[in-house]
Amino acid sequence: MPTAEQTLEEILTLAAAHFKVPREKLRPDDDFFKTLGIDSLQTLDLLTKLENHFHVELPDYELQGVSDFRTLAGKIQARL
Amino acid sequence: MLDLQKYSCLGAALRDALERFGSETCLIEADRDREKTRLTYSDFKEISMPLARALEDAEFDAGDRAAILMTNQSKWLLSAYAVFYSGGVLVPLDYKLTADEQLQLLEHSKAKVLVVEYYLWRAITRSPEFQNIKTKLVLVTEAPLGAELAGGFRWEDFKRKGTPDFMMRQRDDVACIVYSSGTGGRPKGCVLTHENYLEQCRALTAWYPFWPGVRYLSILPTNHAIDFMVGFIGPFICGACVVHLRTLRPEFVRDAFVRYRITYVALVPMIVKNLERGVRAKFDELPSWKRAILNRMIGLNKMLTRNKARPKLSRMLLPQVHRGFGGELLALITGGAFMEPATMQFFYDLGVPVVNGYGLTEAGTALTLNDLKPFRADTVGKPLPGVELRVLSPNEEGIGEIAARSKTVMSHYLDDPELTLETIVDGWLLTGDLGRFDSSGHLQLFGRKKNMIVTEGGKNIYPEDIEAVFDGLPVKEFCVFAANYVWPQKELGREMLVMALRLEQNQRFDSKLLEEMGARNRRLADFKRVGGYVIWEKDFPRTASMKIKRQALAEELRKTVERTGVVKL
Repeated sequence: MPTAEQTLEEILTLAAAHFKVPREKLRPDDDFFKTLGIDSLQTLDLLTKLENHFHVELPDYELQGVSDFRTLAGKIQARL
Repeated sequence: MLDLQKYSCLGAALRDALERFGSETCLIEADRDREKTRLTYSDFKEISMPLARALEDAEFDAGDRAAILMTNQSKWLLSAYAVFYSGGVLVPLDYKLTADEQLQLLEHSKAKVLVVEYYLWRAITRSPEFQNIKTKLVLVTEAPLGAELAGGFRWEDFKRKGTPDFMMRQRDDVACIVYSSGTGGRPKGCVLTHENYLEQCRALTAWYPFWPGVRYLSILPTNHAIDFMVGFIGPFICGACVVHLRTLRPEFVRDAFVRYRITYVALVPMIVKNLERGVRAKFDELPSWKRAILNRMIGLNKMLTRNKARPKLSRMLLPQVHRGFGGELLALITGGAFMEPATMQFFYDLGVPVVNGYGLTEAGTALTLNDLKPFRADTVGKPLPGVELRVLSPNEEGIGEIAARSKTVMSHYLDDPELTLETIVDGWLLTGDLGRFDSSGHLQLFGRKKNMIVTEGGKNIYPEDIEAVFDGLPVKEFCVFAANYVWPQKELGREMLVMALRLEQNQRFDSKLLEEMGARNRRLADFKRVGGYVIWEKDFPRTASMKIKRQALAEELRKTVERTGVVKL
């Protein structure tokens, strides 16, 4: 199983690739709505990509109130 | 459909619908690509009765209030019917609010019963404010066996057979209390009567009827006025079917169109834009020769549907596009927030009619709707049957505040006679929205007179409600505004909240303060966040009781600062 830090790093890399931004622009505690300029539906799109990558399933409500990569990584890590 | 003129309350109309359409499918519930529930009208009746019985056993009387706090799912509608059957008043709450906000509205509504999903209940019980909850009976849906429910009961455990007494209500009795906004500040609980809903349903179905076989995809939260009407009352009164999805993931939403051959769907602009992005991405993947053919067919469809939507013809001309929408879609209904005309036109040109309208919770659901005769992306349509609209104090361009009079207008704001008097004057609802009618009777909107924003997700946000999060910010004073209130523009859209900051003498705006503002902003749901700030060099104008004179401050800001001077937060 990957460590929490590895999971976080993978998420940042996948998010950068999905939204076509340089990886170095994204930091763990960034508000992804703001940094990526995305709305909540685009966040759900990203979540689907992450689920497929990590082979987990997260209900929509798990994302409620989550706006930074680190918290998102924690939610995914908890289901690995 | 039922003749709603004959009914005095929603409970009676729904009860007759369950009898009349017994074998038709009324509800499908799916989670991602897994179908979880499929009910006929007879099943619906059978499942809802034990809940009505539970309410009866809990001495829930006619006129008592029951709140529902759930995502879109079958138990939302089953519980709502049980409440109406028992003569109760329904209080639909927004599941996207924080637990503290939900508790605040629960208290304000004085709900005796709460029906709530387990994960939402879990969040509520963890709130420090939970100890003050006064709700007598809490029914928790989908709780794992053995889960700690903090005094609540499992919804699924109520199985007692038998038919409880039906409680008839009159047309002017209260049916629902719907919060249009106001958490953190002054809750605006719109008190809507059975007549409001029966008349709204009659007007909407006169233009856009449902019938057995129609499938409505319910994506907007059912606590929202639009989905409550077109995703529950309307379809049920006509024997149609409601499809619930337990996820809003765009890919599963797109799948649902096809899997369930959806007829109608109501969407807020944010979702329509997402759909547009998806469709455009598919188009971009086509080889250039296919794209050229597609463009020609779109052009032909555009020409042939200029004066009137022709869904069957459009499906023949653009079969690949329509297959993506399930092949039976008659209309995308949009509302709740400003919708960009270009997006609406994009779908209309593909042969997917977009029915845009205008309404507010205070007026039931919709006041105007596009009748597609012809499609007009630049307007919000014409007044629905039974709705009178007028433009108050129009300027030289004919633009003024829209006032509405209709049987669908709410009775009053709950426990707020002062606000009611300001809002409903001589029987006319003052909407706070600015507009004018064009020569063909279509309403065009040009902005807002009120200090508020409506997000792309259809949420009303009042700046006063946001300020509580910034209480104690280390500055002399601050005030939050809707940018379009300070700097009016002759169009909707580009809505954001702006904070005016007055620093202490000798205080400098530094990175520490910026961080503090950012941290507090992040405590708010993403759609409620302040988007920018301006530093103001003078003390705010205040009343004798030291309240900020918001209008005066907005006027001073407008005269002194350009909108482009707002610094992004």
